[in-house]
This record gives sequence, structure tokens and C-alpha cells, in this order.
Amino acid sequence: MYRQLIERGFSTGLSVCAAAVGLTVLGIVVFLGIESWPAWQRIGPTAMLGAVQWNPVGPEPQQYGLAPMLVGTLAVAVGATLCAAPIGLATALYATFYASPRVSWLILRCMEVFSGIPSVVIGFWGLVCVVPWVAQLHPPGPSLLAGVLVLAVMIVPLFALVAATAVRSVPLDLIQAAHAVGLSRWRMICRIVLPAARQDMINGMVLQFGRAAGETMAVLMVCGNVVQMPGTVFDPIRTLTSNIALEMAYAVGLHRSALFAGGLVLMILVGVVVLPARWRGASHATR
Amino acid sequence: MQRVDRWVGRMLLLGTLLAVAPFAWMLADVLVLGLPRVDWSFLTSAPSQAGRAGGIAPILVSTMAIVLVAWFSVVPMGLGAALALVNWHHTNNRIWRWSSRGVEQSLDLLAATPSVVFGLFGNALFCLYLGMGFSILSGGLTLACMVLPLFVRTAQIGLRAAAEQLRAPAAATGLSRSTFYLRLVVPAASPAILAALALSTGRALAETAALIFTSGFVDRMPTTLFDSGRTLSVHIYDLAMNVPGGDVSARATAVVLVGALLLINGLARLVLRMFVRFIDADPLPA
Repeated sequence: MYRQLIERGFSTGLSVCAAAVGLTVLGIVVFLGIESWPAWQRIGPTAMLGAVQWNPVGPEPQQYGLAPMLVGTLAVAVGATLCAAPIGLATALYATFYASPRVSWLILRCMEVFSGIPSVVIGFWGLVCVVPWVAQLHPPGPSLLAGVLVLAVMIVPLFALVAATAVRSVPLDLIQAAHAVGLSRWRMICRIVLPAARQDMINGMVLQFGRAAGETMAVLMVCGNVVQMPGTVFDPIRTLTSNIALEMAYAVGLHRSALFAGGLVLMILVGVVVLPARWRGASHATR
Repeated sequence: MQRVDRWVGRMLLLGTLLAVAPFAWMLADVLVLGLPRVDWSFLTSAPSQAGRAGGIAPILVSTMAIVLVAWFSVVPMGLGAALALVNWHHTNNRIWRWSSRGVEQSLDLLAATPSVVFGLFGNALFCLYLGMGFSILSGGLTLACMVLPLFVRTAQIGLRAAAEQLRAPAAATGLSRSTFYLRLVVPAASPAILAALALSTGRALAETAALIFTSGFVDRMPTTLFDSGRTLSVHIYDLAMNVPGGDVSARATAVVLVGALLLINGLARLVLRMFVRFIDADPLPA
């Protein structure tokens, strides 16, 4: 009797924990929805997502256009993913097929170490090293280009690790068959390894795009944070994430609600892009 | 053909160097200019002149307090959820199968959620609705939500491997379910659980965006969990962006933070790798 009670309690406890963990994400969406509701209702979704003016606290009329920030987020994340993908892929291929075992081990451990470096440190490096370099190319310096470069540096290590895992999961008999018919390493990579690992690579790229779009600190520190549609890569931009981080501290009322609306848009964007990639089985990439 | 192959090798090596070089530059910059500032008095004195001078003692204390709050909430919840997933996975009941799929998918979405969104959520729920204000408690609970997927997924690998190896002998001796999990599976998987905790700690220490509007910016020594306090990463951010001339202190703080992270992540991966090899479990998460 007593024994059964303990067993029942144990199972219930586990289920409660699992339910709470499963409902966390629902709670986040619900809270974003509740807090941003006034903005959606009083400003309207089309006015928020379509307008290009963001003027929440200045003189009347107040304007809450999220469009420049949405474009900024997409531009910086797409740019960073496109820059990082070839470098990460090259690293994975070099480590797997060209380097000696010891060098290969060293490269992959380095990538693990680099993937743990906090984004605020990467952003700080961008601020003191990359931004002055971009400013020499073309003033003012804090720009879309600086954001792309810094984010690319941030996502390369994890993409390299995912790509290396994907390349290594190519069946060994395919590789041995390629050796047997005398293909060169490069031919083997082009014709056999890359086609076999393609799906995992795409999943990895999509996941890293999600990380880049959701990153706050690094872009906040190097992008200049001017609300505008970027015309060239040297223009300063503001992303959805940095908008929240910059203004959340003093936002009240409709302004605060509009910031939560920005968070909801970001969450939907990242969820829609990233979740299918996770479901397709990129389970070995936890970030 | 040989020549093409050699050229491709060189190009790939160039790509690898491009991947490594920025981090080498970064670490060199931070170490050369920051390390001379790091000494015992830097670690044990309070910051002065907004952080330009003095040390980081209150920031270290706040960081540890926030991490401890996150530990105390993520370990029971996460361990319970991971055990439930392992347990449900084994049953043939369709409802439990679906529940475990649902929980795993919501963990995936949680893992993909941008950290600044956790900050918004924590600000709304912990700071305002639950009335904790900008405090170490709010910040720690927000971080707990954020590292939950990493902790559950990593612990789950170890727990599942241990459970699969021990299930038959446990069934043969007629152990009850709670005894099986609590006395056998959890101790056997303890290296993986510790590694999961360490990886989660590393993620929490690296986080900034989720904390600036949940635990706040205050750099005084905290006296209770309801005080606001800043972590090492928030300190770096503030020194870099808001304090002119704070860059040397920012680098010194970065040396401390990155050093701690390398130690924690390195140990966690080492333990996890040895555990996987020992118990022949699924491969590691990247």
C-alpha cells in the first residue's frame, strides 16, 4: 500500500517536471502575446510590419515601424550565414580528409573551444578591432558589414563541427569504394561526400542562421543601431534584437508593448526557419 | 589530377586558417592588454569610477549567485523531465509516446529561442507578474529557462544509456521503478549529469542579453537574492559600450570569464567523452 503510493508519487512527479518543461515554451509565447497585444490592437499589424519610421518616444506622432529592424535582422543573418558556410565547410573537409590525425584533432578541439566563447567577448573584439578596420575601408565603421563579419566569426566554429559530424557520418564503404576506383580526394569529396552529407549541411546552415538572427550582443556592439533601411553594406543598421536590448530598460506603455511585438516577430521568424531543420534530424546540434 | 588535389588542399587549409585567425586575434588582443590587470586585488576589490579602476569582486559574487539560483531550479526540473522522457520512451503506451514527442519538440523550440526573448519573458513573468523586480532571483530563473533544453538533452543521453544497460538485471531482481531510477540509473549516469550541468553553466555564464533587463546593471555587492546584480558578461558589455576608457577593465574581465569558461567546458566535454566511451552511448551533442 505504502509502497504503491511512493511509486505513484514518483511517476506523477516525473510527469509534472516533464509537463512544466514542455510548457515553458508555451508560456514564453503566451507572455509575448499578452504583452504585445496592445501594440497589435492599437497600432495594427500592417502599420507595424510595413512602416519604416520608428519614433516611440520623440515628438508626436509616435511611430512604431518594425520593418527596418526586420530587414536589418534578415540582412545581417543571411550575410553572416553565407560568409560562414564556405569557411566552416572548408575547415570540416580539411580536418577530415587532408590534415594528419593529430592536426585534425587539434582543429576540432579548437572549434569546440571557440564555440564556447561568449558573444559579448566576440562583440567586444568586433568593437575594438573590426569596426576601426571597416571604418578605414569606408566610414563610419559601425555597419551592416561589421555585423556580418562578427556574426560570421561567431557561427563558424559550430557550423564546422556540425559539418564535420555530417561528413564523418558518410558510410565508410562509399569512401572505400571511391578509394578502390582510384578517385582523387577532391573528386571523392565532390562526387560522394558532399552529396551524401548535403541534407545535414543544409540543416546545420539553417540552425546557424537561427543563431545569427537571434544574436543580440555582438550585433548591438558593432552595427551602429541607426533605424534605417540599409542602402549599402557600410550603412549602420539596427536589428530586432538590439532594438529590444537598447530600449527595454526605459520603455513603458505602448512602446514596451511594441518591443514585445518585435520579440514575438523574432520568435516566429526563428521558429519557422529553424524548427523544420531540427525535425529533419539535426539532433546532434544542440544550439 | 594530383596538382588539382594539392591546390584544393591548400584552399581548404586557407579556409581553416580563416576560421582560426579571428579567434587567435581576439584571444591575443584580450590577453595582451587584459592579463596584466588581472591579479588578486582585481578579483577581490570593488569597482571604482564605473569600472575603469578597481576590481570585480561584487560582480563575481553576483555571477555565482545567479548561477546558483539557475542550478537549484534547473537540476530538479531538468532531471525529472529527462527521467520522464527516458521512462516514457520505454513504454508502449501511445499517449506517453506522444507526450514525450511533444516535450522533445517544445525543447527543440526552446533551444532555438533567441536569448533576448528569454529576457523579455523573464522581465514580464519574474520581474513584474511575480514581483521580484530587477534581481538576482529573476536573472537566475530566466537563465534556468534558457539552459533547460541543453541540460535535459545532455542528461537524457546519459540516463537513457544507463537505463538500457541496467533494465534487464533490475527487472530480474524485481526492483520497483523508483528504486531502479533513483538508486541505479541516476548514480550510473552521474558523470553525464554533471557534464550536462557544467555545459549549462558555461552557457549561462556566456549569456548577456537575457540578463540586462532581468537581473539589471547594479555593480554593488549584493546582500540578498532580491538585489540587482550584474554578471561578468554584463560587466564587459557595460564597460565596452557605456564607459569611455573602460576597455582595459573590459579585457581583464574577459580574461577571467573566458578562462573560467574554458575550464568548465573543457572538463565537461572530457567527462562526457569518457562517459560515452565507457558506456557506449549515443554520440555527443556538438
